[in-house]
Amino acid sequence: MDFLQPTSLTEALDIMSAHPEALPILGGTDVMVELNFDRRRPAQIVDLGRVAELDDWGAENGRLRIGAGVTYARLIADLGERLPGLAIASRTVGSPQIRNRGTVGGNLGTSSPAGDGLPPLYVSDAEVELVSSEGRRRVPVERFITGPKRNSLAPGELISAFLIPEAEGPQQYAKIGTRNAMVIAVCSVALALHPSERQVAACVGSAGPTPIRALDAERFIAGVLEEGNLWESPRALGDTALRRFGELVELAARPISDVRGTAAYRLHAVGVLGERTLKWAWNDYCGGSR
Amino acid sequence: MRTTPLPRPAPAPVQRPGVVGETTTRIDGGPKVKGEFEYSSDLWADGMLWGATLRSPHPHATIWSIDISRALALPGVYAVLTHEDVPGRKVYGMEIPDQPVLAWERARYQGEAIALVAADHPETARRACDAIDVAYEVLEPLSDPERAMAADAPKLHLSGNVLRHITLRHGDQAATADVVMTGEYEVGSQDQAFLGPESGLAVPDGDGGVDLYIATQWLHVDRDQLAESLGLSPEQVRLTMAGVGGAFGGREDLSMQIHACMLALHTDRPVKIVYNREESFFGHVHRHPCRMHYEHGATRDGELVYVKARIVLDGGAYASSSTAVCSNAACFACGPYNVPSATVDCSVVYTNNPPCGAMRGFGAVQVAFGHESQMDKLAAALGIDPVELRIKNALAPGHRLPTGQVVREPAPVAELLERLRAMPLPPDASPGPRDLRELPGGVSNTTHGEDVRRGIGYGVGFKNVGFSEGFDDYATARVALSLDGDGDPLVSVHTAAAEVGQGVVTVQAQIARTELQVERVAVLTADTQVGSAGSSSASRQTYMTGGAVKMACEAVRERLLQRVADHAGLDPFDLSLAGGAVIDSRGETVATLAEALVSAPIEETVEFHHAETYPLDENGQGDAHLQLAFSAHRAVADVDTRLGLVRVVELATTQEVGKALNPQALDGQIDGGSAQGLGLALLEEIQIRDSQVLNASFTDYLLPTILDMPPVKKQVLEHPDPDAPYGLKGVGEPPNISTPPAVVAALRSACSRELARIPVRPEQLAGIDEPRRSRPPAPGSRGPAGARPTRS
Repeated sequence: MDFLQPTSLTEALDIMSAHPEALPILGGTDVMVELNFDRRRPAQIVDLGRVAELDDWGAENGRLRIGAGVTYARLIADLGERLPGLAIASRTVGSPQIRNRGTVGGNLGTSSPAGDGLPPLYVSDAEVELVSSEGRRRVPVERFITGPKRNSLAPGELISAFLIPEAEGPQQYAKIGTRNAMVIAVCSVALALHPSERQVAACVGSAGPTPIRALDAERFIAGVLEEGNLWESPRALGDTALRRFGELVELAARPISDVRGTAAYRLHAVGVLGERTLKWAWNDYCGGSR
Repeated sequence: MRTTPLPRPAPAPVQRPGVVGETTTRIDGGPKVKGEFEYSSDLWADGMLWGATLRSPHPHATIWSIDISRALALPGVYAVLTHEDVPGRKVYGMEIPDQPVLAWERARYQGEAIALVAADHPETARRACDAIDVAYEVLEPLSDPERAMAADAPKLHLSGNVLRHITLRHGDQAATADVVMTGEYEVGSQDQAFLGPESGLAVPDGDGGVDLYIATQWLHVDRDQLAESLGLSPEQVRLTMAGVGGAFGGREDLSMQIHACMLALHTDRPVKIVYNREESFFGHVHRHPCRMHYEHGATRDGELVYVKARIVLDGGAYASSSTAVCSNAACFACGPYNVPSATVDCSVVYTNNPPCGAMRGFGAVQVAFGHESQMDKLAAALGIDPVELRIKNALAPGHRLPTGQVVREPAPVAELLERLRAMPLPPDASPGPRDLRELPGGVSNTTHGEDVRRGIGYGVGFKNVGFSEGFDDYATARVALSLDGDGDPLVSVHTAAAEVGQGVVTVQAQIARTELQVERVAVLTADTQVGSAGSSSASRQTYMTGGAVKMACEAVRERLLQRVADHAGLDPFDLSLAGGAVIDSRGETVATLAEALVSAPIEETVEFHHAETYPLDENGQGDAHLQLAFSAHRAVADVDTRLGLVRVVELATTQEVGKALNPQALDGQIDGGSAQGLGLALLEEIQIRDSQVLNASFTDYLLPTILDMPPVKKQVLEHPDPDAPYGLKGVGEPPNISTPPAVVAALRSACSRELARIPVRPEQLAGIDEPRRSRPPAPGSRGPAGARPTRS
């Protein structure tokens, strides 16, 4: 096994071009598990830890462009106010050690439906930036992730960044784990209010082959808010609306049963989380959070 | 001739311990916290090879052939061994030698060892394992212990599938009661989950013998089994304790010991084997999964009339210590209560599930969940406070156990409960926004207080200390009193007691310091150069090895006083030790220790045997147990009743310890035992389906973290046991026994559900047991809801 350590993105792309099947590693929090459990024996490993370009973030045409190498710890510390939903999700990832290493880029690369960084990207219609020696392309996250641990990354391509709008309203993320810390999601819900678009976006995680947007729930609540003119004159949502929203979130999920939980529980739980996250986010909105 | 120098353990560090009863910081504590402690996985010898183990992927299979030729041909491979290469007895086992060193003809559980490789690199060794061709014929696994007991079930061993059955009949078997309460309970398979995986280093001595550096619980029983299977005399097999990263019963059985020695003797090179976490789950026995059916009969005012219990323990593929676990489950099935009539049938059976054996609590943990759940149910039916019902029926000195054995002092069950009940409760949650870490789900942000209800529950438990049923349980200690190079007195203590994290090294030093009044004590590395200490299990090591060290010190003191008396022409009975000198009855110094020891050091080796115990008869009657240890727990838990998530707010406990030798180490045992009990109640289970393990990793076998484990309020009672050294009681296991029922009782009181199985899953707590709706599998999903999980 070759261990390759490029020091620039150009060099990394040259390597990927020469070895399109090489396995990139950054934080290593997923890759090292695979290697340690002997589930993968790649011929080449490309350590992207020295590629400084991946650690940058900044504004670009009204959105944030965040390098694939920005860790969860930095997302919390540096971007927590701009991206509160992603920051809440980041806080649920592993332990402090893992958050110092792990990245959203890694979550995208692994494309596990349980990746905590993914549902917040879905509810903000984020784009994934992919680069290869051929050039650069940007793909909506929903099209990037194609199935459980499957994505549209082409051989020789690297994930360089993701693009996401700054929050313009309250955002939430809630995750079920059997343990109160350091746990892989049994299931989760991300939710974001987009007041300028009169939209509430919701996405279930770890309750289907990929994160899934709860579009019926979104349409339902958009109607409720419109009907009551609640975006303009905010007031608390009634229990019936909250419960119906939760039911529709539940209907969006397509979970399996596995060692972490039963399908029935996952359905139930995403419904409850949908209801609660909407309540919290909407109450924040009513309370004047943007 | 030996070609490899042996790894030299550092000279025993000199401690300056406190006396018995004084908190003394453990000598291994600092290095462990700083990451400087040398564990068995850190062992190294020049020129060593790495061993690896090929394991059966099938829980039940016929092995038609094993072809090692491809593996042997790989560069860097020095040996590939199978059952044909076992030099001596091809099976091992502490009580019943029924487990193949390497399987032949049949594999009886997933992960059973089939072949061994020694190579110059661990990766090479693993690859060579992949190159061994085993022709299996997969057989249907016998996964259900109830099915295994059926007459028509296929026999997994020639002796049949019922490994032990205990019939216990006590009192009036026709007794009837005003109120009858039945219940079915189940306990899943807990793993010891020690953090230091199985590992050791075998070094051939060049003359056909071998030295093994090993993390184990009982050096001598390892040595005897090694000698048998290696075809060597016990003298040719020398064991030295290497740093143990936790044990909890999981190191009582052999794991890689024989394998490493076989490879070392075969290659004439040192061989190291270290399991990784996944292999560790297959490399040691687990806590027995258990199903229980209980029937309690009581008078209307809450006096227990009878207890009937039918208990089935899943022993897995091999015997390990199952027969003794079965005995404990039967003996303690009724709980620490005065039960006039008992009818207990307890079986442990072979299946194709992972082998089960010793784990902290040893059979008493499972039944405590059963009998305590029953007491709560009974209390609810009678309209009596659950603590009051327990106190009303509390076991006390003079009562008889269901085995007929008379309970001796101290057995303060009622006092433990009264004191526990009197301990202040944590304050209610403050109104207003709460720190997420104080809520069920923690920072996973699942509730901001919605649907959170608080519950309180109690549990009490007991078990035996030391080995029971007529086993001649003893420990050996060698104590030397000498002058060091500077002419200062020094006590050296040499035993084979395994320091598994409980603090036995420091407690030995404290005892020597106390008995010989010498401030400087060196506890030598445990090895087989001294006699057996017995196992670091059954909460027995402070009692047994502590007792042996005390007795050896007394023998040394006696010789010292005799020597001084002879020299001074005095009666030794008029002399005593004080402040580093021998003094007479008026307190005058007769000789300093330096003077008394200048001619020669004094060394004594003794064996300490505990009082005799007796086997159980055909009705489960007999004085089978040495000492009983008791503890009680109260749990306060907040439950998100809609999501089934839990935060245990506080654990409080009372425990009878006889005498706290090292209060800080005692605190550690109570904290650790409580955490392990909380883990069993809420999280820890090896999930097994069709005899296949589904979660052999710490990703999915969840241990409590610091955010799951609350602080433990403790109150220890010190009523001395007149027969025990210093009056002490074993302390390691009781907290593990009384925690799970207390936690589950708290959950029940919060969510009003039955919760008949532990670990309690969120599904149960939230009442989501049945599929809520079915729909066709979605494209890209792994199958319909409820489909078998895959091990990808």
